[in-house]
Amino acid sequence: MPANRFNNFTNYGIGIGLRAPHYDHILTRKPVVDWFEIIFENFMIGGGRPLRILDQILEQYRVVQHGVSMYFGSANRPDREHLRRLKSLVKRTGTPWVSDHLCWGSVDGTYTHDLLPMPYTFEAAKITAQKLRYVRDFLEVPIAVENVSSYAEYHVSEMTEWEFLNEVVERADCGILLDVNNIYVSSQNHNFNPLTYINSVPADRVAQIHIAGHSKFEKFILDTHDHPVLDPVWKLYDRAIQRAGHTATLLEWDDRIPSFQEVHDEALRADRFLADTQLKVAV
Amino acid sequence: MSLANLQKAVARAVMQPLTRNEHMRVVGPGGERMRRYAARYIKPNDRLTSFERLEIYNRQYWFRVLGSMAEDFPGLRKILGERRFDDMCRAYLTECPSRSFTLRNLGSRLEAWLRHNPQWVRGKEVLALDMVRLEWADIEAFDGEAEPVLRPEELDADSVSKLRLRVQPYVQLLELHYPVDDLVLQAKDDEGTNFASNAVGELRRRMKVRAVVALKPQKIFLVVHRLDFSVYFRRIEREEYSMLKALHGGDRSLAP
Repeated sequence: MPANRFNNFTNYGIGIGLRAPHYDHILTRKPVVDWFEIIFENFMIGGGRPLRILDQILEQYRVVQHGVSMYFGSANRPDREHLRRLKSLVKRTGTPWVSDHLCWGSVDGTYTHDLLPMPYTFEAAKITAQKLRYVRDFLEVPIAVENVSSYAEYHVSEMTEWEFLNEVVERADCGILLDVNNIYVSSQNHNFNPLTYINSVPADRVAQIHIAGHSKFEKFILDTHDHPVLDPVWKLYDRAIQRAGHTATLLEWDDRIPSFQEVHDEALRADRFLADTQLKVAV
Repeated sequence: MSLANLQKAVARAVMQPLTRNEHMRVVGPGGERMRRYAARYIKPNDRLTSFERLEIYNRQYWFRVLGSMAEDFPGLRKILGERRFDDMCRAYLTECPSRSFTLRNLGSRLEAWLRHNPQWVRGKEVLALDMVRLEWADIEAFDGEAEPVLRPEELDADSVSKLRLRVQPYVQLLELHYPVDDLVLQAKDDEGTNFASNAVGELRRRMKVRAVVALKPQKIFLVVHRLDFSVYFRRIEREEYSMLKALHGGDRSLAP
């Protein structure tokens, strides 16, 4: 199950997000890391140090492209020039799959630079799936769509978030980047059982899993990516890999970034769940 | 309601400026009460009203874009002071919201906008515009496009006669009225410095303010370029500037 058509039949293990504060450590110490995830917008540029760093990383590591600006759920048509530049980067990195979020964030060419939640309607599912198919066909690489954390819900929604996710990926025939931290954050903000979500996701479409830390406030939880992964999220991760198998897993740590070693050690904590899963499968 | 209309309505609210206390305004787009506006689209829950839920996104939007501007224009921030810089950015971003997929381009229209809205830099127009130009040039030089460099082995007698010299597209040429390069370097240096003592930090802050006030006009010509993937500011003579400018513009009279 882990190697499937949505992650290009790869068997990636545990990776971490490639972040600027760690560049020097990675290039000089060359730590053993199974793969890195890059935020592809940071490398859709003309030249300079970021692309040089990327090329150096590519000489030694496997890289997967993850985005924050494709806005599959925005009502506007995809920007072909943007996709052309993205495709050029896809060729450069050889990424086996590309992922971005199940959200919207731009209107008529104006960008909020946020991952805004979708209204869970059939119309939105249809538009989003059309866009996903278009992007996948243009880039000629499998696409995985990631569930976002959210703090608001719309009156117009006609289904639950997980039903919407399923509707979109079935219509688009695409993969899922299952973010278990986002499921936990949203479950607390919207009062649902996160296990219901995990158990409802089509396991055979899970191309990759995200884990991350979050921050609790008095009345809501914010997806801050500035902490170690918390226990309830590890429990969801455990359940996710029981269902989906040994899936490529990535730790996101984007703010108050500690040393490379600390981030990597935190990511490798996923190993114990993967080992447990192997034992359970063996038994 | 269609997806497109819902997204337009929510985006208007999300991008509406915050109050001075960094909360969502009580009056929404079109003069409607924001509580009513939010309640039309957003469900409340047992802890948060529709207004409060929408406010999370409204605040996130402004914190993100203001943070990005502060990161990209530390020199201008020093010239205007934090409060005025923030106010100026709110006005700029309200009129010129991002039209790019990347925050890197957020300040691309700042110079033009300031020329039309000089009240935000009143009394420091020339200095502030010099700084904006330099800080934007810094961004462009950092990751702008580079063309392949000609290697000696590619030259032969025939090709030399056809040579057209050009400046790399990422190289930025500036004619400035103040030595703002010193100020930018100082601003960058300060950002990388952590002071353990508040007293030392306060002393440094006062010194920085004095440095801005004491900056005297001085015509300089500057090349903002990169070498080994690091950006450098290099002062050049007027003649050098003119020649590079002509090459940048593709002046064929400079061909051999």
